[in-house]
Amino acid sequence: MEVFLQQLINGLTLGSIYGLIAIGYTMVFGIIGMVNFAHGDIFMLSAFIALIFFMLVTAVVGTGAGVVMLALLVVLGLAMFFTSLWNWTIERVAYRPLRGSFRLAPLISAIGMSIFLMNFVQVVQGPRNKSIPPLLNKSITLIESTTYSVQISYKQIVIVLTTAILLAAFWYIVQKTPLGRAQRACEQDRKMAALLGIDVDRTISITFVMGAALAAVAGVMYLVLYGVVNFSDGFTPGVKAFTAAVLGGIGSLPGAVLGGLLIGLIEVMWSAYFTIDYKDVAAFCILAIVLVFMPSGILGRPEVEKV
Amino acid sequence: MATATTAKPAAGIDLKAALKEAGFAALVTLGLCIPIIAWGTRQNMDNVLVLDPRWDAVAWAVAIVFVGRFLVALRQQQKAGSKKPPIRLLPHGTLAFFQRHSRLFSVFGLGFLAAFPAIAIGLAGWGGALKWVDNFGVQILIYVMLGWGLNIVVGLAGLLDLGYVAFYAVGAYSYALLAKNFGLSFWILLPMAGILAAFWGMLLGFPVLRLRGDYLAIVTLAFGEIIRLVLINWTEFSNGYAGISGIPRPTFFGIPFTAADNGFAAVFGLEFSPLYRTIFLYYLILCLALLTAFVTLRLRRLPVGRAWEALREDEIACRSLGINTTSTKLTAFALGAMFGGFAGAFFSARQGFISPESFTFMESAVILAIVVLGGMGSLWGVAIAAIVMIGGTELLRELEWMKAIFGADFDPTKYRMLIFGFAMVVIMIWKPRGLISTREPTAFLKEKKQISADLVQEGHG
Repeated sequence: MEVFLQQLINGLTLGSIYGLIAIGYTMVFGIIGMVNFAHGDIFMLSAFIALIFFMLVTAVVGTGAGVVMLALLVVLGLAMFFTSLWNWTIERVAYRPLRGSFRLAPLISAIGMSIFLMNFVQVVQGPRNKSIPPLLNKSITLIESTTYSVQISYKQIVIVLTTAILLAAFWYIVQKTPLGRAQRACEQDRKMAALLGIDVDRTISITFVMGAALAAVAGVMYLVLYGVVNFSDGFTPGVKAFTAAVLGGIGSLPGAVLGGLLIGLIEVMWSAYFTIDYKDVAAFCILAIVLVFMPSGILGRPEVEKV
Repeated sequence: MATATTAKPAAGIDLKAALKEAGFAALVTLGLCIPIIAWGTRQNMDNVLVLDPRWDAVAWAVAIVFVGRFLVALRQQQKAGSKKPPIRLLPHGTLAFFQRHSRLFSVFGLGFLAAFPAIAIGLAGWGGALKWVDNFGVQILIYVMLGWGLNIVVGLAGLLDLGYVAFYAVGAYSYALLAKNFGLSFWILLPMAGILAAFWGMLLGFPVLRLRGDYLAIVTLAFGEIIRLVLINWTEFSNGYAGISGIPRPTFFGIPFTAADNGFAAVFGLEFSPLYRTIFLYYLILCLALLTAFVTLRLRRLPVGRAWEALREDEIACRSLGINTTSTKLTAFALGAMFGGFAGAFFSARQGFISPESFTFMESAVILAIVVLGGMGSLWGVAIAAIVMIGGTELLRELEWMKAIFGADFDPTKYRMLIFGFAMVVIMIWKPRGLISTREPTAFLKEKKQISADLVQEGHG
């Protein structure tokens, strides 16, 4: 029971990160029907940006217990801004000229962008692992036991809380503001939305910016959780987050979060109870099984075929 | 970046607008560069991460973007007045010329391929030819073959497969394990690797082929990753990360390519050289690739080939006309997998060593990129794309002279994949339908006419 509880906490932490990345996939897919392959690398890039800003900020304010939280907040804001700028530019340069072109063109462009970003970071920051000193190491013991005590660390609390707050804010934007309404309209019918006076290009740009901002949050959290980042770290979380988006039903925002949490839990539970070697295999197998038996995911709407 | 000014009248050049756009682009570049280029991270002597400011690199990037964007903006202003090119019914320009004489080009191309080792020896001598035949000839032909194999799945049947490398891996590991553990010969194992890969193709294809479009892509990606992860983790079977080494090399119908007395060189009374094996491998992969092309060309004329192309254009119409879409898709999947398996067996025989590192998703992406960049369904296009992308990146290894310009610690190979990814984006934007994007009808009335890419509409499926 204690082991299960501990794994539940760990799984939810990891799942929050996947969920944040998955939202970027699901929104872009929903609005322009494209698998944004470079999104995992955007996440990795954001972790690097956060790393650099973290070092700059702590060089000024130091790494005292109190200021670290403040420093992280500043880093979070900066990373969100600069990662959004990257994704905005990428959309402008690599995807927008291909809008209205045939189906595979943006996908190939995105794969090219993914290869480009990965190698770009490798060239400018070097191929080695980059690590920061561990942060927020304290933890709270929830259940004290002689054999196994369940702990929740400060960073896990921070990660889950930040995710929850940002998701709430995000949910509000998509559901309650004119911007969100425009996004949902574009998702349903881009041509009709344009006829009704919605600037479709602008709405799509903003979707990319929002996706990147959430990926940047995930990047900062990843850095806080593991304390180390590498140029090739984007691919696997990217694919898993996409798995999460599909699992939850692609195009559905709550679905992406639910899928992320499920994938995180599956991965952690699998490592705890079976073998750590096959944890990724388990995640991918579940993806395949879900798609074969439930092609529209858990919360997705079934696709209606129109002739 | 901003496109707001393109509506200006064409008369005269608006310098101010061009400068404004260039300034905006430069500002964005500055923003992009600020964290990631402006400070490099580096481990110092105490293993602590430190930052190196690199503002000179940022200044260069910003200046290059400013000038580049300025010139592009001026060019756009010049072109804004001229009218848009009309939609064409038939292929035009160099492409049309190329296609009118495609038979001639085919003969020339085959002649060049057949003579390539001799040309390489003639130009680079016995010592230098090894590199050219191996790095360029064999390497490019492997990708041409993989591209043509995947072309059956993606180009003809229109099924997006992101895990093609799985079948390549199945072929490679089949050959490696069976040859090493049972001592079977290359010539028996080559068809066997193909059959095993095709079997896996059917096994994986059967449950997933009722999925559509992007879902199929993701499931194939997942399968590709699963096979790679199993190869990594199931160490008793595949020796994990360490890979399998000492794989038996192919023989010249029983005569090994060694320096021994019964070796190829000794039997034919030649001086021993490692080049003979490479040339043999070159002709082997050439034959395999041509076999793939031949089978593709023939299959397109069979009912199943026509069904594939019909499926690519419109799945719903196909179903209403009574085509069994599942079995049609399955044959395409299995055939594509079979050629992937052949290529895999060849790959492991050529390398003598394989590990899961060779079968990453990146490999699938590169093969898919070759097919799409070449123009889906076009054998010529795929071959040209393979030559450009693989030959181009191989050429980057040869850029030693650039050290003279950028200093001794400049390593051009570092930029290989960077340029590869960038080239993919640029080619897609320049020609979204690929380099050769015409449709060649297999059934026609009186006279065969090619249709321009402008007219081709893609169905979903």
